[in-house]
Amino acid sequence: MKHFKVCLWLFLSTWIMYACSKKDITTTPVDDVKFVIPANFPEAVYKFEGNALSNKGFALGKKLFYDARLSSDQSVSCGSCHQQFAAFAQLDHSVSHGVNNCLGKRNAPVLFNLAWQREFFWDGGAKNLEIVPINAITDACEMGTSLSAIVDFLNTTAPYPQLFKEAFGVQKISSQEMLRALSQFMATMVSGNSKYDKVIRDPKQNSFTTEEQLGYQLFKDNCASCHTEPLFTNLKYANNGLDLISSDEGRKIITGLNSDQAKFKIPTLRNIELSAPYMHDGRFKTLDQVLAHYDAGVKAATNLDPLLVKGGKTGVPLSSIQKQQLISFLKTLTDNEFIKNKAFSEY
Amino acid sequence: MFIKRLSIIFSLIILTLASCKKEDDTLNTEEKGTFALEFENVVNGSPLVLNTQTYSNANGDKFNISVFKYYVSNIKLTKSDGSVYAVPESYLLADAAKPESLLNSMTNIPVGDYTKISFIIGVDKERNLSGAQTGALDPIHGMFWTWNSGYIFVKLEGTSPQSTATNNALTFHIGGIVDPNNTIRTFSTDFNPANPLRIRTDKKPQLHFKVNAASLFTGKQSVNFATLNFTMGAANSVVVADNYVNGLFELDHIHN
Repeated sequence: MKHFKVCLWLFLSTWIMYACSKKDITTTPVDDVKFVIPANFPEAVYKFEGNALSNKGFALGKKLFYDARLSSDQSVSCGSCHQQFAAFAQLDHSVSHGVNNCLGKRNAPVLFNLAWQREFFWDGGAKNLEIVPINAITDACEMGTSLSAIVDFLNTTAPYPQLFKEAFGVQKISSQEMLRALSQFMATMVSGNSKYDKVIRDPKQNSFTTEEQLGYQLFKDNCASCHTEPLFTNLKYANNGLDLISSDEGRKIITGLNSDQAKFKIPTLRNIELSAPYMHDGRFKTLDQVLAHYDAGVKAATNLDPLLVKGGKTGVPLSSIQKQQLISFLKTLTDNEFIKNKAFSEY
Repeated sequence: MFIKRLSIIFSLIILTLASCKKEDDTLNTEEKGTFALEFENVVNGSPLVLNTQTYSNANGDKFNISVFKYYVSNIKLTKSDGSVYAVPESYLLADAAKPESLLNSMTNIPVGDYTKISFIIGVDKERNLSGAQTGALDPIHGMFWTWNSGYIFVKLEGTSPQSTATNNALTFHIGGIVDPNNTIRTFSTDFNPANPLRIRTDKKPQLHFKVNAASLFTGKQSVNFATLNFTMGAANSVVVADNYVNGLFELDHIHN
């Protein structure tokens, strides 16, 4: 009887394998590249729909990200203005520095935790991660080229045709596969292993110093409404009183609404220690300057965020000790594992 | 005991088969046919000739056209009994500079007599917000805004001596999906009941539309090129979309 049972199960499992063979036989080995949501993070927005994450897709995206030949004068890659040691912002550049030494009008944003964003750029004009690179590719002051020039280049330059074939199964490369590969690389850049994260996830094993803890409390009292944990941004737009009258209309360019005049995307504070200079135009070089602005520099702009007005006065009063405590806390948001992760490095 | 076990196993086998069934295995007895959608670009009755021909708008301003492109999407056909067939993945980009883009074959249409067609002039909201697209929606065609992402539904460029813009340029890029500046417009037209669109397995009928580029500038509000010669979305694009919704497409005839 036992023997018969084994036979039956063998027959059954063979039958199931046969019945499902068309689907299952092509299953490839498990990929190393993974998109892992840190335990203290919410669900991601970008879900790799129609763009399943794979080793080959990710590697191709990385190659494209660092290939300066894609720009009009072959001098600028995505990685030129998004440097890993600067948390994928551009160190020492108030605004991005593109082809032909052209200077853009805004500060290059950090690139990480993009999978949690619905809108991109300082004004939120791009509404899907996959199409974000087109702007930098075609902007005369960034890469200064066109999608068709890049697609032609990729189709005629080894080893790209082979790499795209392996990653996406296509004979002819279109902008869709190029953008999907870049998205696999960009969406997988997750920064969630800072000291802060370790303290939050496992407070028994990790703890803030006294100064950091005091800074964290100051942060929660004064900053967290906009720079909300765990992403350290509420993903909204605000005017933080940089100018009485801004030369950049910010969010209004996108919505056309006067109520959005000179509002900009609230940036994440993760890795803020590394991503100087600060603000949409990169006007502040240090965190001291940023906090000095919030303490005493906030201007009564028309759309100034109401949270930056207290008792009829603008700004968030901070003593010099409090500023140091806040900066100590902000430095706990530096994620060295991400900054040094070879998976995202050019070399 | 044995019978019981056998019956469990058999039902498992059947279940396995059913669950592994490929989607397109479903037997489809419905017959399918094809029709052609032809766009003939005109300017107030005259053939559209790019660059060299001078036209007049309703305001009397002279102008010529160097670029004329538009999206037609979400095509739906209605039978006399009211049933609607939505042509899946129907996204067409017509470009006056590319004659092949003006004649589109619509395949796999259930046979029958259809009495009405409707489509979006432009691209539905969902695809404006989607990830990287291909085919007619590939951003490579220059009909996609990157700075405020979304499709340009209708693009007309040219010059007019009345235009106050640099080089007397006319730049009409119509698009936008957010109220109050939503420019998604739906066009529909009924066919003569005596001559419906007859989809058969062995015929290829043709719907012939005249597409009037001058319709952008008249209808709800006549456009004066001295004051309106440039729009890329926003309120002025709504003015133009409200003009062309009724005048851009005119069914000229059906070849059955």
